[in-house]
Amino acid sequence: MPVSDRINATLRKVPAWPLYIVGPLPGLWVFWLGLTGGLGVEPIKALEHELGQFALKLLVVGLAITPLRRFAGLNLIKFRRAIGLLAFFYIVAHLAVWLFLDVQDGSLIWKDIVKRPYITIGMAAFVLMLPLALTSNNWSIRKLGPKWRQLHKLTYLAVPLGGIHFVMLVKGWQIEPLAYLFVILGLLALRFRFIQRRVAA
Amino acid sequence: MAHRWKSDLNWSDVTPKQAFLNRRQLLTGAAALVASPAIAGLGGAPSAYSTTEAPNTLEEITNYNNFYEFGTDKEDPAQNAGGLTTDPWAVQIDGLVDKPGSYDLGDLLSGVSLEERIYRFRCVEAWSMIVPWVGFELSTLLARVGVQPSAKYVYFETLVRPEEMPGQRRPLLDWPYREGLRLDEAMNPLTILATGLYDEPLPNQNGAPLRLVVPWKYGFKSIKSIVRISLMDKQPETTWNMINAREYGFYSNVNPTVDHPRWSQATERRIGGGLFSKRQETLMFNGYGEEVADLYAGMDLKKLY
Repeated sequence: MPVSDRINATLRKVPAWPLYIVGPLPGLWVFWLGLTGGLGVEPIKALEHELGQFALKLLVVGLAITPLRRFAGLNLIKFRRAIGLLAFFYIVAHLAVWLFLDVQDGSLIWKDIVKRPYITIGMAAFVLMLPLALTSNNWSIRKLGPKWRQLHKLTYLAVPLGGIHFVMLVKGWQIEPLAYLFVILGLLALRFRFIQRRVAA
Repeated sequence: MAHRWKSDLNWSDVTPKQAFLNRRQLLTGAAALVASPAIAGLGGAPSAYSTTEAPNTLEEITNYNNFYEFGTDKEDPAQNAGGLTTDPWAVQIDGLVDKPGSYDLGDLLSGVSLEERIYRFRCVEAWSMIVPWVGFELSTLLARVGVQPSAKYVYFETLVRPEEMPGQRRPLLDWPYREGLRLDEAMNPLTILATGLYDEPLPNQNGAPLRLVVPWKYGFKSIKSIVRISLMDKQPETTWNMINAREYGFYSNVNPTVDHPRWSQATERRIGGGLFSKRQETLMFNGYGEEVADLYAGMDLKKLY
């Protein structure tokens, strides 16, 4: 039996629901660190960035699931909904920190969104993810039928926008955000048929 | 609810300054007893230019730095700058000066009287600190080397030493880091060359052994670890302006009415307030308008930002 089959067999026994309990814990942990001085002398930006990066990491993992099945035979599909929803949870937390702790002034928020491209792009990614989060349940899948798959292709737009948002917000060209964007674009490229044929060959 | 977590206490309150100064005196006394060199502070004289606002703690000032030569994260300089050799140190002074040459740091500092300047420090990233610098006015150095009448600008360079400055092993910026001032800005009594903070020699991550401090401009103008000062008749190239002229102007005066393209400059966050600290209004010229506004009379600061 190939290794991937053995892993798949083991994973079949692992339920997805514990992810909803374990997943938010790192976020709560960094919030605690922020309260107690563990995030350095300026905890607001630090917390905002940590939460944003958690979200981006989860989105990358979510995008990797289909290629992992196609090219490595690993079947993680049943964890994908939890990963997507957790990513959304971190994006909401990231937004909340930006809104309530960072910018603070409600009248400035809209100004920021329309005036600052990296915020416009981040916001667009969030808006695109809203219907995805709302339809990440069995009832919606039944109700929407084939349209559900169409709708959830918005991921292919939302995730790279998140990556671009990260690249744009730092000063200069820094390696870490570019690495995220590179991985995201790579995972998206694996969705193209002609690339798939090449990788498989 | 937010206020429940807010505390007025700083690290400096744990040990009141008077107490740690006393302790230091004891140490100094003990050191003198065993006939070793005294470890007294730099002894900067108080200055009328100092703000009365409470300074940030040494912990805050030395652990939240932008010094890309040592990495791009705020904690990177504190972690990576320890290995920088700051002695011996020479500063090349050239261009339109009467006495050009390579000056040893000790030579530059001989005969200058150090002052403590407690300045507001406003970063272009919309955070700020209060820093008790120790230093001397740049104008005294310029007077000593003799500025020629044709000189209009002062240009500065930071050390390039990738062996000791790990950030320089990548072409993140076009090294060396470069900055510049108009001559009248350089001659303003607020403009200092700092050699210390909190009465002690500058920690490496803050730009040891010699850095510029221009308190009415965004922090990146206050170039660190200076090895070259050059007098020029043309406006010099400056690092962040070379990277993105739309975001970082040559002047880069603190100005709450001219936003950075990616964020507002109207308010700032004072470091040290914790997770629920409130933003405060940013002041024109960082509150130093009385001393410097004349320098820019008649200039359109929306265009010459």
